[in-house]
Amino acid sequence: MSPRATTRLEPAKTNPDFIRNFCIIAHIDHGKSTLADRMLQLTGVVDARSMRAQYLDRMDIERERGITIKSQAVRMPWELEGQTYALNMIDTPGHVDFTYEVSRSLAACEGAVLLVDAAQGIEAQTLANLYLALENDLTIIPVLNKIDLPAAQPEKYAEELAELIGGQPEDCLRVSGKTGVGVDALLDKIVQTIPKPVGDPNAPARAMIFDSVYDSYRGVVTYVRMVDGSLSNREKITMMSTKAVHELLEIGVSSPEPEPTKGLGVGEVGYLITGVKDVRQSKVGDTVTTAMKSATVALKGYSEPKPMVYSGIYPIDGSDYPILREALDKLKLSDASLVYEPETSVALGFGFRCGFLGLLHLEIITERLEREFGLDLIATAPSVIYEVTLDDKKEITVTNPSEYPTGKISKVLEPMVRATILSPKDYVGAIMELCQGRRGSMVDMQYFGTDRVQLRYDMPLAEIVFDFFDNLKSKTQGYASLDYEENGLAEGDLVKVDILLQGEQVDAFSAIVHKDKAYAYGVMMTTKLRELIPRQQFEVPIQAAIGARIIARESIRAMRKDVLAKCYGGDISRKRKLLEKQKEGKKRMKMVGRVEVPQEAFIAALTTDAEKKGKKKGD
Amino acid sequence: MAQLPKGEIAPSDGLLPLVFNSSDNSFHAYVHIPYCLTRCGYCDFNTYTATELGDTSQSEYFQLVIKEIDFAKDVLEKSGSGPRKLSSVFFGGGTPTLLPAEDLISIFKHLVDVFGIEAGSEVTTEANPDSVDEEYLQALKEAGFTRVSFGMQSAVPEVLKVLERTHKPENVALNVSRAKTVGLETSVDLIYGTPGESLADWRRSLEAAIEMNTDHISAYSLIVEPGTKLARQIKAGEIESPDEALHADMYELAEELLTEAGFSNYEVSNWAKSPTLQSRHNVSYWESKDWWGFGPGAHSHVGGVRWWNVKHPAAYSERILSGVSPALERELVDQENRNIEKVMLEARLARGMDVNWLKENGFGEAKVLSELIADELVDGKALIGGRLVLTLKGRLLADLVVRRLLGF
Repeated sequence: MSPRATTRLEPAKTNPDFIRNFCIIAHIDHGKSTLADRMLQLTGVVDARSMRAQYLDRMDIERERGITIKSQAVRMPWELEGQTYALNMIDTPGHVDFTYEVSRSLAACEGAVLLVDAAQGIEAQTLANLYLALENDLTIIPVLNKIDLPAAQPEKYAEELAELIGGQPEDCLRVSGKTGVGVDALLDKIVQTIPKPVGDPNAPARAMIFDSVYDSYRGVVTYVRMVDGSLSNREKITMMSTKAVHELLEIGVSSPEPEPTKGLGVGEVGYLITGVKDVRQSKVGDTVTTAMKSATVALKGYSEPKPMVYSGIYPIDGSDYPILREALDKLKLSDASLVYEPETSVALGFGFRCGFLGLLHLEIITERLEREFGLDLIATAPSVIYEVTLDDKKEITVTNPSEYPTGKISKVLEPMVRATILSPKDYVGAIMELCQGRRGSMVDMQYFGTDRVQLRYDMPLAEIVFDFFDNLKSKTQGYASLDYEENGLAEGDLVKVDILLQGEQVDAFSAIVHKDKAYAYGVMMTTKLRELIPRQQFEVPIQAAIGARIIARESIRAMRKDVLAKCYGGDISRKRKLLEKQKEGKKRMKMVGRVEVPQEAFIAALTTDAEKKGKKKGD
Repeated sequence: MAQLPKGEIAPSDGLLPLVFNSSDNSFHAYVHIPYCLTRCGYCDFNTYTATELGDTSQSEYFQLVIKEIDFAKDVLEKSGSGPRKLSSVFFGGGTPTLLPAEDLISIFKHLVDVFGIEAGSEVTTEANPDSVDEEYLQALKEAGFTRVSFGMQSAVPEVLKVLERTHKPENVALNVSRAKTVGLETSVDLIYGTPGESLADWRRSLEAAIEMNTDHISAYSLIVEPGTKLARQIKAGEIESPDEALHADMYELAEELLTEAGFSNYEVSNWAKSPTLQSRHNVSYWESKDWWGFGPGAHSHVGGVRWWNVKHPAAYSERILSGVSPALERELVDQENRNIEKVMLEARLARGMDVNWLKENGFGEAKVLSELIADELVDGKALIGGRLVLTLKGRLLADLVVRRLLGF
């Protein structure tokens, strides 16, 4: 066993021979953050007193849900056979929505720890990330976590991993992030097997930006991996894509709290602060060089992440619109993948059409907007991008059902995905039924080990964005995992279903659905709304329609009684307080014609019941 | 059990920071008797059965109230709320008649000794139809009580069973008649909308009450209060949840039958044979008069201060015996909230509200008022004549009307 390093290597002067850059690839609840916690403790960079669970997950949402959204880099000292090393751990998000963040992190590393829950085995998202890591030629260290669990089956899953990446089942390390067992051996293994970074210390500086975070106190904090040359404090730097020149106000490493240094040398990972306020000026994938002695060739960058899912985001209180705009501008500073533009809805007023990487991304952004900016929001049902061609050959791109043309349509193209589902074999039937019901066509099916199976389906993205994952989880008792990738466009037989309240169309509830599902959607929405909208003083008809044709109807009976029977001595204070509450509640009402629709009705109608249950908790 | 509202902590000396001078306002007393033989399944009032209470002695309860009366006199004097005679007294519960008549009389006599009472004041007690007899009623009458209000609830045994009321239905008519004989005004309380109760059942109860020839009838729709046994039974699916439309039909039936029988509705849930037979004590609540509520959990209102006593009889007893104010919390009602309360309470009265007052205080926007007429919630003719008076439909939607008037 290695002792904890007594001295640390000084940043900027560290010989690349003694640097190891690695990331951890893991499924969302396979214990990555807990393992990272143990590493921080074991290497002594965080003392027991300041230790808290999931130390690196900075945002409240991250810690509460146990998922990592923004990558972070931490420098830790470790000693092996008398030599001190600097290990840079780059945290990666585990969710499929954040593949683009994973790919950035991978490019900054020479190796990856493949962390797999010893009671669960590898999951589809991990496979996707593993694939990326192998494509990047990273050295993979297979590790089974949670070996302390009674349900752990390390032998079984070690074989599965060996089958997957080659090597022997014995090569697979066994750790427990919870108890700390095996973590020191893992750190040793990282030093032993992950290659040292290679770069030319005398060449003009080239550092790759792998993350860019907006901090309200310090402005944009840019995380870089030095490839060639070095950067030092107070130096003028150039962003190679924009040629913009900034002065380095601070340069340093995270350990895990920021520690300013004199500079960064070849192979090192650290952060830069230039006083820039907008992450777009410090673009992920860009190359940083010095202004004095500029590099001529930029490092290979990344492709910009493309939004897959769109949703309208509206403030409940219309007067919050400017705050929402400001909040989105601020979030954009730290999340380059977020796109938005102003949009107006008849029912919801002024808001923004926002593009997201996926459903989780959507959920996280809305939650951050509400939490960090004190906003109350309504997000409309997620929609994908449709390419509509009219009879007159005119082409329209539709990201919002309300833009769906009313004229004669000759064809509609919708985005397709190739979905990979990994599950115990017992659930194959249920999964096939689900996928077929979602217009999926099977690509192939492959057994994995003895009792796990991988199914691949081509299906429309639109079928996945609403509640597919929740359904998948519930049909497989939580065992199945899902990953998907874009797979071109395909023609679909689609129609727009509108929902009308008292004859008024509520644009927020319109949806573009497959022709065969229009009726089911209409019935589902009208029934749901009948339950969700409180009785009004008059009867409210609810209808679902395709164009002028009504396909489903319901009605809310008029409210006939709304009066407190008894209002004596003690009831008076209570009743007045109830009135005050109702006044607050009224602010959360949206008027559709004369119908008061509570915000909760919008939210509930636009989300699925399963979604609430599907939320992840920390590992 | 009914939750007390939230307020600021009341001081131990009970002194009142009067928000406004109310010495020209009338003064009333409510006495809470927190005992019942059994707890009814729908009840969330502050009441206790002997088994729930353990040793807290029912027989000495009246002495605690007498101590609070002395305490009240002292507090009112020190707070500058000048000496005022009582204009009405009301004994409620719980079951006041579970105490011997002498106990209620001792309390009443002490109230009169300490505060005095205006000539012709209304003095009411609530009564369980099983717990009084001729002698009891006679004793009350002789001591100066003027009115007795019986908890009848229903004439239908199946309905009483769901409510877990144990009284014998025939005792109601018997005791109403005895009360009338000794010269007391009478009232009965009815409950409608009990799970399983049909419109025909309700008609039977109304007709039975009318048959008794009482002076006054209150009809309350059953409210399923959270935390009651009934609420649990509904949640567990053992009992069906009451239906709003049926409630409305039942209310309309009550209005129809009671009007036919010569009663006149004067507040959402109350009907009287003549204006002089209205419950003047209850009207004082709706007119925001001053009253002191004695006993555990009782609410009071004097000069814009609303406060409420500790709920449990044991806690109450401990405070009273150690000379500490029994008030738990209080709130000072400022002018704005006072106006809100006024709309909330007076809109419920058949006499209605002065439209000019509403306008002067920012509640009478012409657009809102005209919409209320158009929606048939307020009487258009009365409004043009300067009074805001609810229609029958408006009474059923009184809370909605209040919210619209207030702009909530």
